Amino acid sequence: MKQLTVFIENRIGRLEQVTEILSQNGINIVCLSLSDTGEYGMLRMIVSQPAQAVEVLGDAGFSAMLTDVTAIKLVHHFGMLNKLSKLLSDNGIDIKYMYALNSGADAAVVIKTSDDAKSEQLLLEAGQFSVLSASEVYNM
Amino acid sequence: MIWAKEETLSREEIERIQTERLVKLVHYVYDNVEPYRKKMDDAGIKPDDIKTLDDLKRLPFTTKQDFRDNYPFGLFAVDKSKLARIHASSGTTGKPTVVGYTKKDLETWAECVARLAVAGGAQADDVCQICFGYGMFTGALGLHKGLERVGACIIPSSTGNTEKQIMYMKDYGSTLLVATPSYALRIGEVATQLGLNPRTDLGLRTALVGSELMTEPMREEMKKLYGDKLCVTQNYGMSELMGPGISGECTELCGMHINEDHFICEIIDPETGEVLPAGEKGELVVTCLTKEALPLIRYRTRDITKIFYEPCKCGRTTARMDILDGRTDDMLKIRGVNVFPSQIEEVLLRTEEIGPHYEIIVDRKDHSDILTIKVELAPDKMTDDVAELEKIKAKLKSSLRTMLGLDAKIVLESPHTLKRFEGKAKRVTDNRKGLT
Repeated sequence: MKQLTVFIENRIGRLEQVTEILSQNGINIVCLSLSDTGEYGMLRMIVSQPAQAVEVLGDAGFSAMLTDVTAIKLVHHFGMLNKLSKLLSDNGIDIKYMYALNSGADAAVVIKTSDDAKSEQLLLEAGQFSVLSASEVYNM
Repeated sequence: MIWAKEETLSREEIERIQTERLVKLVHYVYDNVEPYRKKMDDAGIKPDDIKTLDDLKRLPFTTKQDFRDNYPFGLFAVDKSKLARIHASSGTTGKPTVVGYTKKDLETWAECVARLAVAGGAQADDVCQICFGYGMFTGALGLHKGLERVGACIIPSSTGNTEKQIMYMKDYGSTLLVATPSYALRIGEVATQLGLNPRTDLGLRTALVGSELMTEPMREEMKKLYGDKLCVTQNYGMSELMGPGISGECTELCGMHINEDHFICEIIDPETGEVLPAGEKGELVVTCLTKEALPLIRYRTRDITKIFYEPCKCGRTTARMDILDGRTDDMLKIRGVNVFPSQIEEVLLRTEEIGPHYEIIVDRKDHSDILTIKVELAPDKMTDDVAELEKIKAKLKSSLRTMLGLDAKIVLESPHTLKRFEGKAKRVTDNRKGLT
């Protein structure tokens, strides 16, 4: 699954410009996470049409790119996220970032790890998690 | 190829010509330029006191202030009716600096530029696109007339409209580009954005750059854009002295050959005014030996360089000056350390994760100077990984500390967001001006 990442300088109105361009092009934001380092921010989003989003943002002078991430669905119950992180850490996998995805009754997270293929495989083998397909997420 | 026999004279022969011309010059200015007569009288020097090259250092300096005090024509040695052309410098501070040429001066100018253009790689069959602003600025017409003298074909495309510049370059087959180094880079960058490959779609062989400092990494950057075969040479000039035509690199790229039969260059300590020995770095001072309209004695250029006399592999025997190290008035004093923007630029251009454009900002907070450098990430180095970006910042910071002995704050910007310049770049903002 592709995540849209936009590098934004810490200036008033930059986020507004990004969301405006997306809205003008009929691109829906499924979920997002905005991290800040003081001088610049990383806006990470799952959107309905990631490739088109990179193009229109690029035309507007933004530095936008696609990154592979995984969307994991887990039962909405206490301890589940703990299980997920323990499983990964026990296997020496580093979680680079994670943010929540609203998927109805169940809980879901978007996750980027030091080894995406391996973490996906581990989570599926554990039997308590499922991986959401890209088209499923894009159309949420 | 060497254009003129004056470029290969023996040291004795060059000095004989310089001495003869200097002696004549001193009488000429004393008789024809009131401010010079007054300066010499004030210093108690008579024209007959100047007999050798060594006597030159006894003469007073000429400065930018003399141009201001005698605006517009007070330093001219001929009547206005004898002038064939007038140029002026941009005059960012107050009145512009006005310079004039007689018919003979224009001939000398074209000859001086022709020599340097040929030394820098120009050939008679070149198609030369001149991307300097035409108008009062000396750069464009100076190169124009010099390259015409070489026998080349000129495209006077001037500045602006970069996409059109690229169209001329491609459709008319430009082989030689005249531009500031930053604009030469900008053209290549825009061409790439337009989907062209400057290496194969454009036929540039030579770039004659000038009018702003070019550092070595900038030359490398240009070769990366346009291909390794591109011959990039820079030349030096200044409106007050003549325009382009003072000195220029040959294709051996080991300093800029000075047109010594027309200019005497000295290096002085900018603080004391003392002449420094050959090879030492200091402020360049130039005496224009042959100009009829605007002869100048010991003009303080405020440019920092050094001069050396070893013969060059290219066969020319003229003295060479080093690539400029900055200007005495560009020098920033930050927390007591002398910093030239060119030093910062060198570090930035060596760092492949960032692009060639930058801005330098100096502020003062709580009585301490803060140096901030804004840089752009190279488009292909953009990453989603914050740790990676922080690593780039840390690396830059540490290279700058090594170069300057100072800590700088690095601000990363996304590609293509910093200001681009078509003429001289203005990349330094000193917000301390007016503060004490």
